Amino acid sequence: MSQQRIPAWITVGVIPLANVALAAFAAGLVFWYLDINPFDALGTMAYGAFGSSYGWGYTLYYMTSYIFTGLAVAVAFQCGMFNIGGEGQAYIGALGVGLVCLALGGHVPFIILLPISIVAAAVFGALWALIPAWLQATRGSHIVITTIMFNFIAAALMNYILINFLKPDGTMSVESAVFHESAWIPKMHDVLAVFGISLDRSPLNLSIFWSLFVAWAVWVFLWRTRWGYEIRTVGSNATGAQYGGIGIPRVVILTMLVAGGLAGFMALNVVQGEAHQIKLNLVNQMGFTGIAVALMGRNHPIGIVLASLLFGFLTQGGSELQFEYSIDARIVVVLQGLVILFSGALQNMMKHPIERLYLTLANRSGSDQAAAEA
Amino acid sequence: MTAQTDSAADLALELRGIDKSFGAVRANKHIDLKVEKGTIHGIVGENGAGKSTLMSIIYGFYQADKGDIFVDGQKLQIKDSKTAISAGIGMVHQHFMLIQNFTAIENVVLGAESGNLIDDSLKKARAEMEHLAKEYGLEVPLDTPVEELAVGYQQRIEILKALYRGAKILILDEPTGVLTPQETEHLFKVLQSLKEQGTTVILITHKLREIMAATDNVSVMRQGEMVAHVRTQDTSREQLAELMVGRKVLLRVEKGASTVGDVKLSMDHVSLTDHMGVKRLKDVSLNVRAGEIVGIAGVSGNGQSELLEALAGIRAINEGEIDLNGHKVTADHRLSPSEVRKVGVGHIPEDRHRMGLINAFPAYEAFVLGYHRSPEYNGKIQMKQKSMIDDCAEKMERWDVRPQDPYLKTANFSGGNQQKLVIAREVEQNPDVLLIGQPTRGVDIGAIESIHKRILDMRAAGKAILLVSVELDEIRSLADRILVMFDGIIVGEVPADKADERTLGLMMANIVPEEVKALQAEETA
Amino acid sequence: MELFNSIILILDATLRNATPLIFAALAGMFSERTGIVNIALEGKILISAFAGAAAAYVTGSPWMGLLAGILASVVFAQLHAFATVTHNGDHVVSGLAINILAAGLTASLGNFWFHQGGNTPNLVNRAEELNARFEPIVLPFAKALEDVPIIGGIYSELLSGHYFLVYLAFIAVPLCWFILFRTKFGLRVRAVGENPQAVDTAGISVAKTRYLALLVCGILAGFAGVYLSVALTAQFSPNMSAGKGYMALAALIFGKWRPRGALQACLLFGVLQAIADRSQGLVIGGIEMPVQLIEALPYILTVVLLGGFIGRAVAPKAIGRPYVKERS
Repeated sequence: MSQQRIPAWITVGVIPLANVALAAFAAGLVFWYLDINPFDALGTMAYGAFGSSYGWGYTLYYMTSYIFTGLAVAVAFQCGMFNIGGEGQAYIGALGVGLVCLALGGHVPFIILLPISIVAAAVFGALWALIPAWLQATRGSHIVITTIMFNFIAAALMNYILINFLKPDGTMSVESAVFHESAWIPKMHDVLAVFGISLDRSPLNLSIFWSLFVAWAVWVFLWRTRWGYEIRTVGSNATGAQYGGIGIPRVVILTMLVAGGLAGFMALNVVQGEAHQIKLNLVNQMGFTGIAVALMGRNHPIGIVLASLLFGFLTQGGSELQFEYSIDARIVVVLQGLVILFSGALQNMMKHPIERLYLTLANRSGSDQAAAEA
Repeated sequence: MTAQTDSAADLALELRGIDKSFGAVRANKHIDLKVEKGTIHGIVGENGAGKSTLMSIIYGFYQADKGDIFVDGQKLQIKDSKTAISAGIGMVHQHFMLIQNFTAIENVVLGAESGNLIDDSLKKARAEMEHLAKEYGLEVPLDTPVEELAVGYQQRIEILKALYRGAKILILDEPTGVLTPQETEHLFKVLQSLKEQGTTVILITHKLREIMAATDNVSVMRQGEMVAHVRTQDTSREQLAELMVGRKVLLRVEKGASTVGDVKLSMDHVSLTDHMGVKRLKDVSLNVRAGEIVGIAGVSGNGQSELLEALAGIRAINEGEIDLNGHKVTADHRLSPSEVRKVGVGHIPEDRHRMGLINAFPAYEAFVLGYHRSPEYNGKIQMKQKSMIDDCAEKMERWDVRPQDPYLKTANFSGGNQQKLVIAREVEQNPDVLLIGQPTRGVDIGAIESIHKRILDMRAAGKAILLVSVELDEIRSLADRILVMFDGIIVGEVPADKADERTLGLMMANIVPEEVKALQAEETA
Repeated sequence: MELFNSIILILDATLRNATPLIFAALAGMFSERTGIVNIALEGKILISAFAGAAAAYVTGSPWMGLLAGILASVVFAQLHAFATVTHNGDHVVSGLAINILAAGLTASLGNFWFHQGGNTPNLVNRAEELNARFEPIVLPFAKALEDVPIIGGIYSELLSGHYFLVYLAFIAVPLCWFILFRTKFGLRVRAVGENPQAVDTAGISVAKTRYLALLVCGILAGFAGVYLSVALTAQFSPNMSAGKGYMALAALIFGKWRPRGALQACLLFGVLQAIADRSQGLVIGGIEMPVQLIEALPYILTVVLLGGFIGRAVAPKAIGRPYVKERS
């Protein structure tokens, strides 16, 4: 009598792949319209992203940022919330990193400064998530809308702080002073050069190890600690959580603090690792891309690392398209949009037909078997 | 037991062989029904007997898998509510289908507009409604948002909606559940005058008093089947109660003697009002001693769930006092569900999917819900994965949970094994008091027996057990004393050996038989 | 007189700033009133701004631009409906997908067609004798009254000389109110957003109502986009919507999902923007308010409102939830 179950390899394998395939097909159509052979484009992107240590450097640099913003979305999602505020949380996190680097750079050794800037990134990012979290937990204000609003508020606030406090006198562009060199997170090519390995110059820096560590730590936090247990319980069955004596408002706030902190870490890579100063719009949509990353990565750290690599490839490979075919670099954004559309918004479109197909095939082979046995 | 011999021409509605399944659940099994024109036809049955599903099929909200519907002798394919409405079928749903911030008149007009601008429609509807109000006693404030009106008014709007659409057959699904006695009385007057004007009324309820007072014919449903059709004047409440509850194979379990000890759980004049403002518990007092099982019987929806949730710390009470294993709970002093666990009270919830388990989790994770903060499962930072899994595996073996796989997703266990997981979790914590709700709901026969045995073992071990169940057999075979609830009150108490089905059935309909009264008098004296 | 003139200038700018917000907020109203969360306004504005400018440039007619802009926005709105209504997709995710797609497509296609870094060519070009931009409408006697004190300022400066889309925006508010509160369609739209199951039992198709509402949403968002590119700036540039869709959403919420409230919020946000655009702080009670605070005020006010601290914004009850007929 029990309903037939769909095996996991269909749910986490075939259906996501079918969705990506659809997105790729639609992207192919776009390329074809733009007079570019889709397969050539793919080749160009692959070569641009993985063909040289330069390409790898950029791809992994982008991946590092996406891991952080993707995790920020995923942790909230495990608790049943949609955190669209990664953009603002990362921006404010950058303020924390920047203030630490500006104040302590050149005064304390890097080994002491780094832990402080890491904490600052997390604390500033977390604080930016606190008000939306508190409003959601205690007053039921919808976190999607409040985090969107907080992205804009963050942009205005950063603009104000940069112009009025951080911009060195006598400069025109709105950005902070460059940090003292001792505050910089070392670049990968510099570090490897010490060991005699020569790489092309790229923005890739040691933050990538932190991002991978954090991805692992998030996994431990969510699946190996009582706090993660409570977060996942609230996310998958709020009534059950209540029955289990879990205080839902408390868990909601904790989750968003963690999410905000994760988004804040992105600044380590972009600000302390690459730009070495606080710039306007430094987050540059990477917070939003984190949503796509989390969606594709099915809100699991392993999936997010893989999806981040995919989006790093799209970002870096896409910018190569610009040089090769003199098309707009924002073609990457189209690709991201298509992935979100087919893997996210339209994920049920392929789900039902595939499941039905599977059941039909399974039943047929089942009855074939029965027939053969008889 | 068929009392209907009328020719097809006099039937307003006829169903033949209606079948409906939801996944693996067969909600309606080969239903036949004949409703005579211009009568009030009652349909009774316990919650979950399939009444609402059947009515939703007639109204086109669901489609039957099999079977035919005849309206006025014409076979009809009712593929959506629109078809039903144009065939003259109207329905008043149990949960009102009203737009809360619309006025009465806007609600009536919605979907039955007479043009593209609503002013004309509203004008037309206003005249019509004033007429209907006079004719049937259906006065409502026309221009107040519905959310500001009492439920009695909201129900009248639902009736007006149906009549405005020209309903000749009016279905009311549990219409009196939310009404005061006065409102109920008024409703029946309205139904009577509708009948006199030629409308056919189908009244769905589980309240037998109402059936006897208001209907001409009654059909009884039980577990998705139609079990009887009778004329109301030829039957009695007692007979209907028996038909409704039915006789099932009694799974008698050997109940040994046990030593009854001190009171471990008591409620003293407890009242509870839910967030909708409905009073769910009214002045409830009871006590449970160590080593005894106190059963709470009743048709579901009469406050049993709220009783359990109040004791478990999930709901706050408004009045009275609860004593949980020596710890006081009042309106001002709540214990949270985790504090309730800490004072030695285990809770096996009525609905394991909604509360007891997390379906997306592997068994070993669902197995620590509520105890996930205990040192037993926690290190400084990480949870003790190994001890959680070993513990789960060990208890799975002891409780014979199959498959014995702690990693299997909770949703993928059968109902009986899921229930064993919940019971094992709560019992293995060795609480002094156990709150048990519907222990064998959705559980296969084999597992029922073993679950019953476990519950009796706990009784023998000196636990104080409060058992809520809608299965009378279960309560009768397990409980030492039985309390019957109706509409938030405790109707009365019977010792298990004096509780036959007839007595319990009557009490579930809020009738206290003489012998029970005598028993209670004896006790107070 | 100096003060009067600057007030007139600010109010004049307010009307210009508020126009796209009004169209977009009304667009959002039709969508959210049927229960579809609309964070996709941004993308709909952007795609219509692009399509409008491109078509106006190619055909040389602003009206063809308007038509193309509306068409593009409607296509995106129907895609939104396809995802959220037909496939029960998450409203927020589909909104994001639309915004990101619009941002990418406009830039890529713009660059492919016109090779100007994603911009469209200017719609006014003397050398090519091109004028595909909307002309401002000068109200009767505006010239004559220009020099009359006060009246001239109010009539000739403030009220006269706007693009027809500005006037249309202000006409659209009562019109949308009428559609929403006085027609059968509006009644059904509001009902679906509150309680789709009730609407279903009343014999009305929930899906059809939602598709239609998103159609109206697309048309209105199209006006907003075309106003930006074919009237206000005479050119499309990438990301020119610059958060206006989100601000319109904020205005809609701030206006409690009602046309008049949304209008007031749009005007308020428009004034704030006009003041901020003068790029000097505002001194209130001796305390200088930085420009950025003024810019952020619409969002701050919306958060405060959502927190229930100033009045209560009650969203349509069924918002954000796909309607799936399931076993109750």
